[in-house]
Amino acid sequence: MSTTRTEPCNETFSISQILKERGVSRRDFLKFCSTVTAALALPPSFAPSVAQALDEVKRPPLVWLEFQGCTGDSEALLRSANPTVAEIVLDILSVDYHETIMAAAGHQAEAALDKTITDYKGKYFAVIEGSIPMKDGGVYGCVGGKSNLERARQVCGGAAATIAIGNCASYGGIPAAAPNPTGAVGVKEAVPGATVINLPGCPCNADNLTATIVHYLVFNKIPALDGHGRPLFAYGKRIHDNCERRPHFDAGQYVEKWGDDGHRKGYCLYKMGCKGPATFHNCPTQRYNEKTAWPIGSGHPCVGCAEPQFWDVMSPMYRRLPNVPGFGIEHTADAIGLGLAAGAAGAFVVHGALSAMRKDKEPGEDAKED
Amino acid sequence: MSKIVVDPITRIEGHLRVEAEVSGGKISNAWVSGTMFRGIETILKGRDPRDAWYWTQRFCGVCTTVHSIASIRAVEDALKIPVPPNAQLIRNIIIAIQNTQDHVIHFYHLHALDWVDITSGLKADPVKTAQLAASISDWPNNSPTYFKSVQDRVKAFVGSGRLGPFANAYWGHPAYKLPPEANLMATAHYLEALEWQKDIIKIHAILGSKNPHPQTFLVGGMSIPIDPDSQNALNADKLIEVKRLLHKAQEFVEKVYIPDLLAVASFYKDWAGIGAGVGNYMCYPEFPDASGKPWLPGGAILNRDISKVVPLDQKKITEHVEHSWYQDAGSEGKGLHPWEGSSEPNYTGPKPPYQYLDTDKKYSWVKAPRYEEKAMEVGPLSRVLVAYVSGHKETKAAVDLVLKKLGVGPEALFSTLGRTGARGIDCLVIAQQAPKWLDELIGNIAKGDLRIHSNELWDPATWPAEAHGYGWHEAPRGGLGHWIKIKDQKILNYQAVVPSTWNASPRDAKGQAGPYEAALLGTPVANPEQPLEILRTIHSFDPCLACAVHVLDATGREMIRVKAS
Repeated sequence: MSTTRTEPCNETFSISQILKERGVSRRDFLKFCSTVTAALALPPSFAPSVAQALDEVKRPPLVWLEFQGCTGDSEALLRSANPTVAEIVLDILSVDYHETIMAAAGHQAEAALDKTITDYKGKYFAVIEGSIPMKDGGVYGCVGGKSNLERARQVCGGAAATIAIGNCASYGGIPAAAPNPTGAVGVKEAVPGATVINLPGCPCNADNLTATIVHYLVFNKIPALDGHGRPLFAYGKRIHDNCERRPHFDAGQYVEKWGDDGHRKGYCLYKMGCKGPATFHNCPTQRYNEKTAWPIGSGHPCVGCAEPQFWDVMSPMYRRLPNVPGFGIEHTADAIGLGLAAGAAGAFVVHGALSAMRKDKEPGEDAKED
Repeated sequence: MSKIVVDPITRIEGHLRVEAEVSGGKISNAWVSGTMFRGIETILKGRDPRDAWYWTQRFCGVCTTVHSIASIRAVEDALKIPVPPNAQLIRNIIIAIQNTQDHVIHFYHLHALDWVDITSGLKADPVKTAQLAASISDWPNNSPTYFKSVQDRVKAFVGSGRLGPFANAYWGHPAYKLPPEANLMATAHYLEALEWQKDIIKIHAILGSKNPHPQTFLVGGMSIPIDPDSQNALNADKLIEVKRLLHKAQEFVEKVYIPDLLAVASFYKDWAGIGAGVGNYMCYPEFPDASGKPWLPGGAILNRDISKVVPLDQKKITEHVEHSWYQDAGSEGKGLHPWEGSSEPNYTGPKPPYQYLDTDKKYSWVKAPRYEEKAMEVGPLSRVLVAYVSGHKETKAAVDLVLKKLGVGPEALFSTLGRTGARGIDCLVIAQQAPKWLDELIGNIAKGDLRIHSNELWDPATWPAEAHGYGWHEAPRGGLGHWIKIKDQKILNYQAVVPSTWNASPRDAKGQAGPYEAALLGTPVANPEQPLEILRTIHSFDPCLACAVHVLDATGREMIRVKAS
């Protein structure tokens, strides 16, 4: 079997046509488009436009590299909410390198990666999972004898866009927690010239990955990002403001002990350490595992996993949020919101330096930077 | 003599490198290296012990529950915190379905391509494929139309000229032995298993909010409330959904995984004589009932002597760093008990980019754990062997059935094929048991027991000034241990000795090879440019390197004293 890419990189391939070949009905395809539209926080009336755009998109290749990670984000991908079609969409994107699933190994695997980043320079997606160790010349992470940093520069530098999936690739994550023994950083800090979209979460909700890629294909540009490099469609709202338990917070009804009456009735988890008031993520609406559940809904506090340096600034997990000015359970929701925003800003100021993200930048603008 | 380097070893978790010498078409020497290091145990120092499960869960996103379980057990042991029966049962169900899902994903998505040539399936006759499928199972997806549709789908994929993750593989390698029909059947089930796994793991979402990385564990219990009269708690609706999914899990294992495993294995019986490894097997007890009595036994089997199971004594565990990139005061020429170790990273390998590691010196981030100074294999094979020899009823029945169907004796288990077969046996036995724990849980709830947490020792103010303990867990990949020391309500020291640390260990101070390294000896390599056979043996262990390399303790820390097991 030939392993040589035979098609030019600018081929046009209708996704709906491929889906049809693979036994996916038009109805399922439109259902998928509705799901993606919802994940993108677009009004439902947008679904036909998404479907139309997907009908017309080209097939950019995607390479997925794992550095200092735990493979949790790759596992998340396997559970994505509309997985048959999501898998196919990723397949259609031509997943040319992903160590966890690829058949080839060793130098044949490395060759596949080199071929894609050379042949499709400036046109492929890179997905990075895990942080990048900067200390001691990069010896804490090597693949194929090359340091993670060397590979990241090479791969992210030539990508149309790089998606940093999970908190480690976004902000350094757990390896970067104090005292950060290996000098771990996120992709944007390691490769400042790359066009990076951060999709934090521990792990990332795969629906948000799918939606980000579709956003790019539909609108031909990366989504608008917040100050931490996160797409606004998924990270634009606080968990607390969308939480199904918010009425209990406002009513002063709290879980006081695990398994108590309030816990069984779904009361607010603030006193058990919930970080929902300081965390921006679409968990309450998007949920996990095909919208089966999410942490607060299942009785465990939010730990703030979508926030930079949450390992240090949001822990201990079961300690309630700090008493920032204006904060107290007797206050109104708005007053608490303002107080927390101030507190969170203070906590994250240390991280501000590495978050100089350019919003809504055209893809490939600085793809040649290295 | 040529030296082969395979890096990255793909279709595993994490970063693994193999360097091997081949002589006369067989591997004459092998070195295995973990090439990534994070240092999570150092990061844990000074943190709240009740948080440790969440941190250690990030050792690995594939083994996404196992470190949480070991961690809460370690803290509960240290602080003498009881666990209510409901929480114990929910943990058992979570552990069981993790095991089931993990093993099936391993077989189809990580290991199958070592035995199954997808491209050969394009030549298969769908009618004959259907006959083959029907002859081994009454699984409903077995019509010629079905297999034709799968074949067409693969054809269209290959026809696009863009093979994505299937590019540059060893298709057509002479070591592939399956007929086209078996290849097509396995390819169909590769795709079905991909669908199945994301469905059945919803059990973790129902009981624990999400998967991967369920957010539900608590020192002293679980955080999913139980209340049949609440829509915000585990109620009849959710319990019945768990029951349905457990049934779905069991059915796939019985009707697809096991028949496929036996069918594939029957073409590769020569691999029952390859990849034997170190010959010492170890596992911890698992699946405690309300009184703490384990459903699966622990113990060790030494030198392939299946006449007896040796009881474990944790004091006999040591870790070597002679060939690992650490410096360990006092470890020159010998291993240290985990709590005596004071390791610091000490990278002495070549500066990247590099061609070869200096395998005469230090060459891996993985330490070398030893039991009574012996290299031990852990994992499903060890678990099955110990249960079999201990007379565990369900395991014995499953082992005898598989051996009979393949027409081989128990000695066939000591091999690459045996390891892969034992994983299926382990999966079957546990998948069949899981619904019984759910029935017990439902029975408890029916009696009015809604407890999921023992609250009295939740507040750190109730804890002693100092405490220490350990937690053992049989993870899908084998025996896992976490050890903790707590001082002034904070983590003073934390240690994990992990399944893939045992199996992927480099040589120790005496030069004894680790299980992967030993198993590679004698493995045939038909074409050094395409070392498919190396992948077979390495994958038979189901490597998980993020788990294996996580370790870093500070110099001069006080030694942890743990109770004898």
